[in-house]
Amino acid sequence: MTARGAGARLPLVAPAAVGVAFIVLPLLSLLVRADWADLATHLAAPVVGQSLRLSALTTSITMVAVWILGTPLAWLLARSEHPLTAWGRALVTVPLVLPPVVGGVALLMTWGRRGVLGGWLESTLGVTLPFTTAAVVMAEIFVALPFYVISVEGSMRGLDRRFDEIAATLGAGPVRTFRAVVVPMVLPGIAAGSALAWARALGEFGATITFAGSFPGRTQTAPLGVYAALERDPQAAIALSLVMLLVSVVVLGALRSRWLR
Amino acid sequence: MAPATALTGRGLTFLLAATTSLALTSCEATAESSGALSGDRTVTVLAAASLTDVLAEIAADFEADHPGVTVETSFAASSTIVQQVNEGAPADVVALAGQQALEPLEQARRVSEPVVLTTNTLELAVPPDNPAAVDGVEDLTAAGLRLVVCQPEVPCGTAAATLFDRLGIDPQVASYEPDVRATLSKVALGEADVGVVYRTDVAAADGAVLGVEIPAQDNVVSSYPVLAVSGSPLALELIEEMLSARGQQHLADAGFGAP
Repeated sequence: MTARGAGARLPLVAPAAVGVAFIVLPLLSLLVRADWADLATHLAAPVVGQSLRLSALTTSITMVAVWILGTPLAWLLARSEHPLTAWGRALVTVPLVLPPVVGGVALLMTWGRRGVLGGWLESTLGVTLPFTTAAVVMAEIFVALPFYVISVEGSMRGLDRRFDEIAATLGAGPVRTFRAVVVPMVLPGIAAGSALAWARALGEFGATITFAGSFPGRTQTAPLGVYAALERDPQAAIALSLVMLLVSVVVLGALRSRWLR
Repeated sequence: MAPATALTGRGLTFLLAATTSLALTSCEATAESSGALSGDRTVTVLAAASLTDVLAEIAADFEADHPGVTVETSFAASSTIVQQVNEGAPADVVALAGQQALEPLEQARRVSEPVVLTTNTLELAVPPDNPAAVDGVEDLTAAGLRLVVCQPEVPCGTAAATLFDRLGIDPQVASYEPDVRATLSKVALGEADVGVVYRTDVAAADGAVLGVEIPAQDNVVSSYPVLAVSGSPLALELIEEMLSARGQQHLADAGFGAP
């Protein structure tokens, strides 16, 4: 690169470098402020294992639900030409921009004991959802599903229509076409969408604390554990944050090398 | 549809108030820097969640007597406030629930000697229809009861733990909430059957919850320290206002005890 070329690129490089620093510095600070000598002790704090186990459990259930509900939904949104489809797409993606705590309030208004459906659930089935692990999963599905649907719908719309048409002429019904042709062809999109949705579910805080409360081992997921531990044992909070950082980086890194080029 | 009305009324207001107090804690820096620009005419108070309503009244009196002065208030769990101030959150006055909450506040941050602002005691809060028929502390161990308390790291949670110790009980807890107003809102919404809060929170809920007394011999008395954490002259003036007869009257009206 010539000197003139480098100078000409400075107006682009400088803001880009500040942008990178703005994101990377706080992550590095987490590493700097960690008490590395006693990290093992901090990692042994009950809040760390308990909340990570709960997060692993709830985000796994969330992902299964997101696959089962989100994949057909993405396909219908990608192929439907019904005038209401655009509205459906807009509504499904509201949680992308909604503050999570508002999602939590909305879930309470729906599934709480005095909620629109929750009151009926309690009186007829004796099921109450708030303060349960199920409520954590519901909050996670609420925030994660849109990420998955948007991402997978994008790949499905890019799929050549001739594939579905050929499958149809060979006698495959819509369900078989979806299962045997569409899904295998958009697996990279499904993997990318899953990574985004899983990361969102793992980080979910606002809707969870509002709708599910915070109880160690039952509804206190890793982010809630970080928040609670920060008050009493900041080093345990940092240790737990480091684990979440590591897991996120490893999963995203693995997916990137395999699928997200 | 009576239940729906209950949700959209006071219960919802409480939930929103509780969640805003969480959100506001992250806005502190912005509030303070605007104060500095307008020539130190803003005094920022970080206070225990249980002081939410009464401090607004005291701040209004103070602003009326000091034209051009704005009192910025932010409410959170006392332990959260102490941690924020230690991390350098801009503030002039800090008012906390319980002397124990004050201990982690770094000496370097303490500009004036802490004085006792007021005192408070615990009370059980139940939804207006009291679905689990809670009549006293002996009902806290009832099977299937949905009990919410503050998380043990915050003063109302410490006080609740002390109460359970004194009663010799180990009740099942449905959720440990981040501060006392979050605990209160879960009861006001009817999601919890009973919550352990301060008696002033029951009074402030204004009918959204009912109070169930805790016998005096078991109850936990918390004293609230207040101190200046900046050199602003307004900080000391505001503390004087809180301790004045007028300020103490507001506290007494809200159900707080004498210092």
